[in-house]
Amino acid sequence: MSNESKVDCGRRRLVVATAAVGGAGALVALVPFLSSMLPSERAKAAGAPVEVDIGNLEVGQMMTVEWRGKPVWIINRSKTMLETLPELNKDMADPKSDKDMQPEYCKNETRSIKPEYMVVVGICTHLGCSPSAKFKHGPADGMAADWLGGFLCPCHGSHFDFAGRVFKSQPAPTNLEVPPHMYLTDTRILIGEHKKGA
Amino acid sequence: MKKLLTALLLAPAIAMASGAALHLDKAPDVQGDNAALQSGARTFVNYCMNCHGLSYVRYNRLTQLGLSEQQIKDHLLFTADKVGQPMRIAARPAEQKTWFGATPPDLSLVARSRASGDGTGADWLYTYLRSFYQDEKRPTGWNNTIYENVGMPHVLWQLQGTQIMNGEHKLELATPGTQTPAEYDKTVADLVGFMVWAAEPEAGFRKQLGAGVLAFLVVLFGFAYKMKKNYWKDIK
Amino acid sequence: MASNTNFEKYKSDGSLQGNLLEWFDARFPATSMWRGHLSEYYAPKNFNFWYFFGSLAMLVLVIQIVTGIFLVMHYKPDASLNADGIPVAFASVEYIMRDVPWGWLIRYMHSTGASAFFLVVYLHMFRGMLYGSYRQPRELIWIFGTLLFLCLMAEAFMGYLLPWGQMSFWGAQVIVNLFSAIPLVGEPLSIWIRGDFVVGDATLNRFFSFHVIAVPLVLLGLVAAHILALHEVGSNNPDGVEIKKRLTPEGIPLDGIPFHPYYSVKDIVGVVVFLMVFSIIVFFAPEGGGYFLEYNNFIPADPLKTPPHIAPVWYFTPYYSLLRAMVWPLFGIDAKFWGVVAMGGGVVILAFLPWLDRSPVKSIRYRGPIFKTLLTIFVISFFILGFLGTKAPSYAFFDVIPGAPVAQILSAYYFLFFLTMPWWSKIDKYKPEPDRVTM
Repeated sequence: MSNESKVDCGRRRLVVATAAVGGAGALVALVPFLSSMLPSERAKAAGAPVEVDIGNLEVGQMMTVEWRGKPVWIINRSKTMLETLPELNKDMADPKSDKDMQPEYCKNETRSIKPEYMVVVGICTHLGCSPSAKFKHGPADGMAADWLGGFLCPCHGSHFDFAGRVFKSQPAPTNLEVPPHMYLTDTRILIGEHKKGA
Repeated sequence: MKKLLTALLLAPAIAMASGAALHLDKAPDVQGDNAALQSGARTFVNYCMNCHGLSYVRYNRLTQLGLSEQQIKDHLLFTADKVGQPMRIAARPAEQKTWFGATPPDLSLVARSRASGDGTGADWLYTYLRSFYQDEKRPTGWNNTIYENVGMPHVLWQLQGTQIMNGEHKLELATPGTQTPAEYDKTVADLVGFMVWAAEPEAGFRKQLGAGVLAFLVVLFGFAYKMKKNYWKDIK
Repeated sequence: MASNTNFEKYKSDGSLQGNLLEWFDARFPATSMWRGHLSEYYAPKNFNFWYFFGSLAMLVLVIQIVTGIFLVMHYKPDASLNADGIPVAFASVEYIMRDVPWGWLIRYMHSTGASAFFLVVYLHMFRGMLYGSYRQPRELIWIFGTLLFLCLMAEAFMGYLLPWGQMSFWGAQVIVNLFSAIPLVGEPLSIWIRGDFVVGDATLNRFFSFHVIAVPLVLLGLVAAHILALHEVGSNNPDGVEIKKRLTPEGIPLDGIPFHPYYSVKDIVGVVVFLMVFSIIVFFAPEGGGYFLEYNNFIPADPLKTPPHIAPVWYFTPYYSLLRAMVWPLFGIDAKFWGVVAMGGGVVILAFLPWLDRSPVKSIRYRGPIFKTLLTIFVISFFILGFLGTKAPSYAFFDVIPGAPVAQILSAYYFLFFLTMPWWSKIDKYKPEPDRVTM
């Protein structure tokens, strides 16, 4: 109030210091509030890895399991299904799976750990619909005559092959996501975890 | 029948409300002693969880007591198949009601709800679990000095042995159990410690954090007070 | 002063920010609000310790709103039983305490905040009584304040049902049943309030709705009215002197200082000290010895089993004592009804204080021995009423002096203090107020 022209340096320092300490405290106080919106212990327990027995999955068949509320497909691919993959490379948007849609150990020709077993999240990468299985060749499933088998998203018509790879010029931007998974035994898969005891 | 039961349950409560204060033994504090709390957890799972749930506590929360998930799976996980699930009882509450006539309460919060002017919830539990005596008049054959006409039988009698009420209205060990009185007191202390932990597993962290927050506020007070002093030197 | 919206509009210095500010200020009273309420709101320079509690009440309101918003994200107002046989609402509170990351902290802040709110508001009200802050021209501020206090009680009462523990349930049961004491309409009224024949799911849901939306909106509106009215007439002070009577040639009160920065920096110190006390409770004693979180409320609500002793939370206990003190039926109406009248009247009578007090001076500093004595007895008896409210009616001091008649005598004193005030405040001695405030 007294002398406005004379800048009080001590006062300025104190204001800056108090604001800095108080501001830092306020920022730290935000952490509990924002963290409370993260998945709770209950959500984490519900989203825990899922163990699946694939012993009864016949060649050419697929099964769906739920993991974190999402459908995960497990397809026991036949030889003919696998043979379509290299054939389709030229039609694929990302034939070599360069985009990070799969764990490192699934970045290969078949996008899987074991060639025949495909494990993939059945959610279209466009807007989140679940594509339908169109396994039959040609027009039998209502597809084009040169269709080799794969998946079709009913919402916006994205096409995927038996490795969950998306065709070129489709609404879906990337291949379907391969979740982290591992083989506990030859016929038991754990979906959601790479290694034991994590 | 239900009304009669309610009346029976209420009777001791009314007696307590009008009667004198309870004398409770002080429960030893075992918080932070993981060995004791683990032993309490084992006792709870083996003796209490047949009837009482601990349904707000998830099995994997026990890792806080120094157990690994594998140890929990191998030794404690009897009523669930995943460590993320709550420590429920095997029997469903509705079934229990037909067996016992009443549902044994969930014990997740018992260490907090039993606190009163007479002592902490831990003191009450520690005294209660050491105050059972034989009473032929009761359907279960058991009675308790601080919870008159209690519905629960003395589940730990093999460990403690059997107490009777003697002529001077004092408890007396009639037949010894597998543990000495000192060992039994320790078993109960550990069990009660575990229940105290289960009633608020974050309590330990809460206090640590509180010390940090207060230290921060003292620093902030220093700056704020100096700033106030600086401005107010203008005011005469 | 806030009414003065004729502060000059912001003039840009030609820089980009300056232009933006000018544009904004031409369309919104930013500068005039800042000046009218903060930088050129002149408050008396002699505020003491008692003047912290207004801003602290605002702080607690913010704490309650913010923590409340986050609690609502996880809480479920549902009285039905889950698979474990536990009411969903009760279980959702424990879910917050254990499964939600940091949920325990947010919940303890909210539960401690409720008690802190009343503590701060009681001290704020007492400040008003000490220094005659309710006197002309501040009657309306005081009336808004009384309404705030009533709303706060409603807010706390309905919030207390939400954890759906034994004390929540039976507390609500008892209080809602009080309405049934009103002649003729009582019984249907209490059923209408509950939406059921007992406190149940319908009650829980409507209390939830009122607690999170309706009452907070009213509270915020009243806070705005309380502050606008205050800034219209200006603050009182420990001397009870009107600082607007003596102005500088520019029209600024001689004993006034701008609220900002002087009282903003001072209130920050008060806030930090308050946060220390608040943190000590939140982190080291969240149950407050059974007064902030009652032990029986850790048992889920059970409509078949009343706890042996039901006491309201501490902040309601003085008024609960007034309620219980009325045990005589009058004019052919139940004693229960008169208990309700006593409890409600105990709050409403506060609103009449500006007209009951006939003293020529405002502040206790210049008032006579009658006021000082009677006010001291009033405070002591308020504490004793509060203490007795936490005890069973059969309570006796030292097992000898029965509590019930003591509560009745003190309840009578509570009302007589106010009702006879026009008389004793007039005959009491007083010292003349000084011209200027004293530091």
